[in-house]
Amino acid sequence: MQKKCRKVAVFACSGIGKSLGTVAREIGYELTERVRPHDTLLTCLALLVINDPETQKLITENPVIVIDGCSLDCARKSLEANGAPLVKAYQSIDFFKKHKDLKPEGVAELNDAGKKLAALAADELAGVVDELLRGGDDGQANESRNHILQR
Amino acid sequence: MTDKPMKVGIISCSGEAIPGGTIARVACRKVLDDLRPTQCVTICLPLFIAGGEEERMFANTYPTITVDGCEKRCAALGTEKLSARPAGTLIVAEILRKRGLCPITKLRGLGAEEKDAAQAVAEEIAAAIDEILGAE
Ligand code: SF4
Ligand code: SF4
Repeated sequence: MQKKCRKVAVFACSGIGKSLGTVAREIGYELTERVRPHDTLLTCLALLVINDPETQKLITENPVIVIDGCSLDCARKSLEANGAPLVKAYQSIDFFKKHKDLKPEGVAELNDAGKKLAALAADELAGVVDELLRGGDDGQANESRNHILQR
Repeated sequence: MTDKPMKVGIISCSGEAIPGGTIARVACRKVLDDLRPTQCVTICLPLFIAGGEEERMFANTYPTITVDGCEKRCAALGTEKLSARPAGTLIVAEILRKRGLCPITKLRGLGAEEKDAAQAVAEEIAAAIDEILGAE
């Protein structure tokens, strides 16, 4: 019998040099605190570098949504390097391209446009969480237009 | 005789899920933008982790100060593992305790208490930078 997925693990890059890194972080908060609080779990990305056993278990036993700030995809690469089997990866810059009127500014503190952009992005990702949890019954996620890593 | 370093690298943990991690990040940004803008540089920890040789040279090029949100010390251990032993390691909770400030409970939407905490941590980072740059 297949094991049912209980949570979607959420990671964000939190890049400190760009507003888009802060947007990624804020999308993580919006998704896990407001949009799907019972179905998701936000975890510190940096725990992967210290090989934290709980984090390793989390990413191997649950589907993962990862949000990077820019095309360097740092967080996705870390998850990939740590052997996460099912990762759906997004970049906050892509959400900005879709909502060009919402220009994020600030790193320590995001402006209102950046916060709104993060909220809209999290709303869009709600469906991905639901899909991943549905797909959890057979251990597969459905195709999406975004980057999917499956091993 | 060795040359004094010109700049210090500061590396904050990512700290998304722990309030201290948010303070670490905000405090580092405050040092970079306001307190010591010309004396320090930073690198996104995720870029450092995922990056190539160039990024890994960061802690060899600059003496580094890591700032961690909690006692897991991801930035300190990660920096040592990937590049070189940091010149200084700070932990938010220890600084708040030392300064008699309350532990922080919010992850985002920082209020006055969190801003005071970030300021205190930023001052400690600045002092650590001064110490490294002033050292013989
Ligand atoms: S993806 Fe990497 S370089 Fe881009 S904002 Fe995030 S941490 Fe920084
Ligand atoms: S040191 Fe603590 S707060 Fe920072 S990334 Fe690691 S677990 Fe998170």
